[in-house]
Amino acid sequence: MVIENVTCPACGLLCDDLTIETATDSAKDKLSVVKNGCHKSVVFFSRSASPTSPRVDGKPATMAQAITRSGEILRQAQMPLLGALATEVQGMRAVMSLADKAGATVDHMNSNNFMRNVQVVQNSGWQTTTLTEVRNRVDLLLVIGTDIVSTFPRFFERQIWNGETMFGQDTSKREIVYLGGDPDTTAGVAPDGRKPDVLPCAIVQLPEVIAVLRALVLGKRVVAHEVAGIAVADLEKLAARLKAARYSVVTWAAATLDFEHAELTVQNIVELVKTLNSTTRSSGLPLGGMDGEMNANQVATWTSGYPMRSSYARSWPEHDAYHLSTDVLLQSGETDALLWVSTFNPDAPPPVTQTPTIAIGHPQMKLQREPEVFIPVSVPGIDHQGIAFRMDNVVSLPLYQLRESTLPRLGEVLGEIEKTLKTN
Amino acid sequence: MLIKLTGGRVYDPAHGIDGKVMDIYARDGRIVAKPKDTERIDQEYQLAGKVVMAGAIDMHTHIGGGKVNIARMMLPEDHRGDPVGHSELCRAGCGHAAPSTLTTGYRYAEMGYTAGFEPAVLPMNARQAHLEMGDVPIIDKGGYAMLGSDDMLLRMLAAKKDQNAINDYVAWTLHASQAMGIKVVNPGGISAFKFNQRMLDLDENNSYYQVTPREVLKTLARAVYELGVPHPLHIHGNNLGVPGNVETTLNTMLGAEGYPIHLTHIQFHSYGTEGDRKFSSGAARIAEAINQRKNVSADVGQILFGQTVTASGDNMAQFRNHAAGSPKKWVVMDIECDAGCGVVPFKYKDKNFVNALQWAIGLEIFLLVEDPWRIFLTTDHPNGAPFTSYPHLIRLLMDKTFRKEAFSRISPDAQAMSTLGSIEREYTLYEIAIMTRAGAAKLVGLHDRGHLGAGAAADITVYTDDADREKMFTKPDHVFKDGQLVVKDGSVVKVTWGATHVVKPEFDRGIEKDIAKYFDAYHTVRMEHVKVTDQHIADDGRGHVQVHECKGRREKTT
Ligand SMILES: [Zn+2]
Repeated sequence: MVIENVTCPACGLLCDDLTIETATDSAKDKLSVVKNGCHKSVVFFSRSASPTSPRVDGKPATMAQAITRSGEILRQAQMPLLGALATEVQGMRAVMSLADKAGATVDHMNSNNFMRNVQVVQNSGWQTTTLTEVRNRVDLLLVIGTDIVSTFPRFFERQIWNGETMFGQDTSKREIVYLGGDPDTTAGVAPDGRKPDVLPCAIVQLPEVIAVLRALVLGKRVVAHEVAGIAVADLEKLAARLKAARYSVVTWAAATLDFEHAELTVQNIVELVKTLNSTTRSSGLPLGGMDGEMNANQVATWTSGYPMRSSYARSWPEHDAYHLSTDVLLQSGETDALLWVSTFNPDAPPPVTQTPTIAIGHPQMKLQREPEVFIPVSVPGIDHQGIAFRMDNVVSLPLYQLRESTLPRLGEVLGEIEKTLKTN
Repeated sequence: MLIKLTGGRVYDPAHGIDGKVMDIYARDGRIVAKPKDTERIDQEYQLAGKVVMAGAIDMHTHIGGGKVNIARMMLPEDHRGDPVGHSELCRAGCGHAAPSTLTTGYRYAEMGYTAGFEPAVLPMNARQAHLEMGDVPIIDKGGYAMLGSDDMLLRMLAAKKDQNAINDYVAWTLHASQAMGIKVVNPGGISAFKFNQRMLDLDENNSYYQVTPREVLKTLARAVYELGVPHPLHIHGNNLGVPGNVETTLNTMLGAEGYPIHLTHIQFHSYGTEGDRKFSSGAARIAEAINQRKNVSADVGQILFGQTVTASGDNMAQFRNHAAGSPKKWVVMDIECDAGCGVVPFKYKDKNFVNALQWAIGLEIFLLVEDPWRIFLTTDHPNGAPFTSYPHLIRLLMDKTFRKEAFSRISPDAQAMSTLGSIEREYTLYEIAIMTRAGAAKLVGLHDRGHLGAGAAADITVYTDDADREKMFTKPDHVFKDGQLVVKDGSVVKVTWGATHVVKPEFDRGIEKDIAKYFDAYHTVRMEHVKVTDQHIADDGRGHVQVHECKGRREKTT
């Protein structure tokens, strides 16, 4: 059977125009992408998820035994952590309900990345846009510290070199500038062969470069002639182009800004955008949304008032972007039970730790250490329906069921575990 | 299950009942006429001396959707001041300006409210709005879908498409967004901001489409009317917060050309330019116009002093006003060539001239509009103040001594610019019941809510009469939701999940072919995926969708 307009949760773009061919008799759970695929979606949809059995202490167990044992571990813990949280919206609702009941902390596997953005929103805010706006309005795209396409393969195809726009723009005239890193810029080459502009520098030097660019946009005089190997004159030209553009989009991926206090660089990026808006239009576009991170943050925020790195240890939710991180909690030994949720793919197993671990997720999860409990669940967007939020934090899309699975959904498993707990 | 509420003093304006001592019966969630004497009463509540009203309805409150969640994410410091621990019954959360969804539901119910309507459901974000409202327990919910800066409507207007085609598109949007009405925010202006326009007056063209806000307003008001949608077009006008915008607002009323319209948070649109500071009250003129024009209703959007956060679809206005915000942080977004949003925290101060006068203007409007069926009690939660301040606001309306005392404490310059100190009117319980129950239900189009007649849902609130109206309305004795006792002595005793109210007017489905083609060409999602299904709303046992009647297509008004 061929199913059209399927949503793909393999990256934060959540393209919803895929055509998927489902099961032949010989290969019951085999799916293949026949239209609008990319290297990520092909891997995601063609991966097998044949059911495996729950395990307790490495031995095959019934679901009931695995749930009972999970409940015991959580009941005995003083400071349980629900980590990874790669799931869709309904699964995340179950996570938050369990966290409340268990007095647990919640954190996502990508928090080290996206907390750089969250902290900026909490501290000074930002001015941003969404994918359809980009597709129809952008005239100058400034790409900071990433090539975009190795993580978001169809970005240029769908947002930049699209044929038609609502407002009659000639998209082939769109200008692309890469700033920072040493990115593969092939995707930024216009259909007529026009090359993008590239201002390379080491990623760790982006803080200086962005600070200078912001100063120039603000009209400040910069004495230096060069910063991180980039001529200040070139940054001046860039500042002038940003001011002259009618709808520039400044994009970055928090994941690649992997240096100390990268949130300050994100802040400089978005403050620069705010300044541009005093005379023209410009918008930030934070690239992210991997592994259900938007789902985790959105649901946690409406349920508890806080994004990731929040805790119900004291019965009411509390939030701390530093102390409630998975790394800190595991390394300090403060956490005495880890429930790890990773439903989309087998590639994100729990960290190897002495902490008693319950791993719930993809049936083929590539475990590096046998956890105390393993519970396989079905894959959202393949084995069951769901809802997911796109990287721009606005658009949510329905995920499809494309084949039958005998495995339960995450929400069902967490609901059963929750029943074994009492409110304390 | 048959329950009897015995001997309470009943205020049921839908039936003209003004403080009559009477019994009310409810069976299986619905109010019923007095049963036969032979029937067994399962539960009786002795309410002698108590005040009985239908459950209150907040017809404009930002409780769900992207911008509300941005406000939550932005304000950890605000949540820290109001933590809410879990109990045997209720889950944890947080309160104040942008409360968690769970706390929102509990606190509304604890205040005697049984329904709330999210007024700014962006079609491209409608699923999120419903997901969040799905996690608001106990109360009923619904939303108004936002149109008027979306490319589709503006291009239809630019192409001079006929009204029938527009009506079909509006109806399609109501279906797709699962909405109860249509709202327009800064008509055409959110789009204009994306083309770098910073103001858009009623007769000014959007620079790209060459369409004016007046055309947008009239076309949408007419569409809503012709589709038979009970709730009139819900209008957040142009020039929010701009001194002198009283003229725009008065012209907006005229521009409706007699079609029913609802002007929301009208306080923010009632400013003159008199006085030394070129900022004055336009309340008297606005009230007079509402008194004269029976096609117009309004809610006030009262501000109250203290910290809150403004969350609006009007990114043009929010960008313009962000410098006045506190603390200094703000989010402005362009959204999907469909709409926008802006979130700016605000701290309103009674000694600040502008804030104090805003406060006085809101109260002036409440007190000068004569017909309580056409003026509604809102703070535009959380924009003017959090909804938890409603009991305080009710006391300001019902108790002139209290009000005058409060007035004497605001900025003296603002006092000098306001007539509030000389207004003697005090709202009665009957009038409060109109504003917050019967009138609100009628305005929204909820035929079975907001009243206590046979057939209505048994959403009932019981108060202890108290001269201190703030105390009285803060903590009802009993709240029944669909006949179940959910609140006792001001605390939740049972958690239920309310309905989501929607309308689904008839339309020519042929338009879907055009919309689908349009989405394929220009958007980044498929048309089918914009539609919110009943399952998205009711999944995991969180309530259900209740469809309200549209009285069919009305006569074309050509
Ligand atoms: Zn509002």
